[in-house]
Amino acid sequence: MSLLTIAFTLLFYFAAATIVAGLVYRIRLYAVTPTPLRIPTTPAPITTQGVVRRMFFEVTLFNSLFKSNKWIWLFGWVFHAALLFVLLRHLRYFTDPVWSWVALIQPIGSYAAFAMVAGLAGLWARRFLVDRVRYISSLSDHLMLALLVAIGLTGLGMKYVAHTDIVAVKAFFLGLMYFDWQPMPSDLLLCLHLLLVALLMIIFPFSKLLHAPGVFFSPTRNQIDNPREKRHVPTRKSAPVKQAG
Amino acid sequence: MAEFETPALKPYPEIPPIEIGSMAHSKPYVAKEDLQQKIGFPGELIDNWEKVAIDKMGELVNGSRALRVFLDSCVKCGACTDKCHYYLGTSDPNNMPVARQDLFRSVYRRYYTLAGKYLPGLVGARDMDQSVIDEWYSYFHQCSQCRRCSVYCPYGIDTAEISMAAREIMDTIGVGQKYCNEIIGKAQTIGNNLGLPEPALADTLEGLEEDIEEETGVTVRMPLDVKGADILLVTPSADFFAEPHVDGLIGYAKVFHQAGMSWTLSSYASEAANFGMFIGSYENMQVLALRIREAALELGVKRIIFGECGHAWRVAYNFLDTLAGPFDFLDRNYPMPQHICEVTYDLLQRKALRMDPSANDDMVLTFHDSCNIARGSRMGDFEGGQFVIPREVIKASCNHFVDMPADTVKEATFCCGGGGGLLTDDLVELRVKGALPRMEALQQVVEQHGVTHLAAICAICKSQFSKILPYYGFEMDQVVSIHQLVSNAIQLGGEH
Repeated sequence: MSLLTIAFTLLFYFAAATIVAGLVYRIRLYAVTPTPLRIPTTPAPITTQGVVRRMFFEVTLFNSLFKSNKWIWLFGWVFHAALLFVLLRHLRYFTDPVWSWVALIQPIGSYAAFAMVAGLAGLWARRFLVDRVRYISSLSDHLMLALLVAIGLTGLGMKYVAHTDIVAVKAFFLGLMYFDWQPMPSDLLLCLHLLLVALLMIIFPFSKLLHAPGVFFSPTRNQIDNPREKRHVPTRKSAPVKQAG
Repeated sequence: MAEFETPALKPYPEIPPIEIGSMAHSKPYVAKEDLQQKIGFPGELIDNWEKVAIDKMGELVNGSRALRVFLDSCVKCGACTDKCHYYLGTSDPNNMPVARQDLFRSVYRRYYTLAGKYLPGLVGARDMDQSVIDEWYSYFHQCSQCRRCSVYCPYGIDTAEISMAAREIMDTIGVGQKYCNEIIGKAQTIGNNLGLPEPALADTLEGLEEDIEEETGVTVRMPLDVKGADILLVTPSADFFAEPHVDGLIGYAKVFHQAGMSWTLSSYASEAANFGMFIGSYENMQVLALRIREAALELGVKRIIFGECGHAWRVAYNFLDTLAGPFDFLDRNYPMPQHICEVTYDLLQRKALRMDPSANDDMVLTFHDSCNIARGSRMGDFEGGQFVIPREVIKASCNHFVDMPADTVKEATFCCGGGGGLLTDDLVELRVKGALPRMEALQQVVEQHGVTHLAAICAICKSQFSKILPYYGFEMDQVVSIHQLVSNAIQLGGEH
């Protein structure tokens, strides 16, 4: 095995372990942290079914964001929806034989990559053009966008400019999954793309990307407005305080 | 108090460009030693305050899923940046909800996240020091905890929760706000925010009974501490003397009178407001809530009804049962607790009140949805009842009603500018500027529909508007209580 193959094999095991363990830890923490009081943002649904509906539209259509700001909604929603198709399209590199619906959405996924980068560009432009958003942006906010844009552009580069050997890529990833390690193709764009993806996976559980699991635990959105029907029992027990590191 | 200019009312509201530090000078008076100690906080800044503050922060985050999720989840998208009335009125970027949160989040990241511990510059993390506390004291007293930002946040992040936590941390290290902490102390010892003892309260109520009799010729009782009454009415103490609050109290009494309901006030729990919420102190909030439970038990009532108040209704509706429940000694055929507007609305539905809306024909009314009622509670048994029920009560009491623009009412309502423990003269500049969005909306319906009066449903809103309206060229008596309208319209004579 080449040094490149060893490096990427180890990198992806590390990245996968980090994102899985990190998210499990974080989600567990959200789940066990008490909710001392009932604080839904009203008007809120008065049934469980209603809360499920509220949350469904919140995470699929970004309802609150739509109410808030049409530009952020447009760029943000286009980016996320496109990302979803891009990710689903990538399943073809991890399944053999390729599931039929994954094969079916290949063209959508390919074009969605353009929409994804365009959405990101819109969001990034706001960080420079809108004085309020410029004020609240820190270096990490810019770097996060840079990372996502770079992943998108290197991916597009391989699809439309300099094709990589996708058969070998697929063999590499299937090898990772079945512990039957295969050589990693030595293609610069591919290496860059995968390096950035691994980086994204590693920082996911330590960054603002936690908004993805976080939204499901947001008490203002997921609590039912029924205090007069069901007493909210105070859960005030705290875990011991622990600082980072 | 620094001189300041009242913002001009623009025909179309605009989002102002940021002016860094324009409200950095705004700070309420600090609570003195005795006020702090009375409610369980250190009298002055303690020695190892940095460590205590950081530990307290960890304890609060560990104890609140909301805080934990909110501190992790913000992506700085900017959706909230133009939603806060204090930002719109002051242009200070630290009054943008996300920036206000970041005053807190930056410290949280430094001590409680890996990125902040090892790469503070990258993620904007900073050490806890004197400048942090100075900024906190200024800007966490420029948030009225109205939750407007939380409506618009894609993750529902509620800056109110973070403001409450920041204030609790400051109290814990001995830096408290005079206005709130003095009031909490009074309410915990005397029973109400004004510090009205029982004899003064009895006197006031007697005077009001005489006034009603003089005006209407009908004897309407204002019972105090009557054992065995069916209903305990808990109302903000401003209702006992402030204008236009007291006209609302007269309205409640007339409603109970005509409906033949047996009710009483309590001198022990003579306050609906619960300023414990404003300072984020669960313990202080609970002490105040328990007074209501004790009064209800002592008087042997079957129901608890709350008068017109905003955050009080949030605490009552959402927190009271948790803080002081279960209330299984009450008659559970009635909602616990119930809002006076719900009571009046039900009576109107059953045609149990005789109303002559023409009694209010000298007014064209609009309605200011109170933030904590709109976004922190509900009325009635259906989603959004808190918007429908007060409007129906108003419409049953008058012939001329119009709403303000849609993006300034209901869940999008603007805070009056004085909520969240900021209704104090040492913050008058903030209060005037924070009222700008509401005043612009009012101006619009005044010009287009000839609106003459603004009906409110919260003691703080009423006091705030009485003070602020003149700054914008209106009259202080253009704000009215909803039950003042009911009081005018209800026909008491000859019902027997």
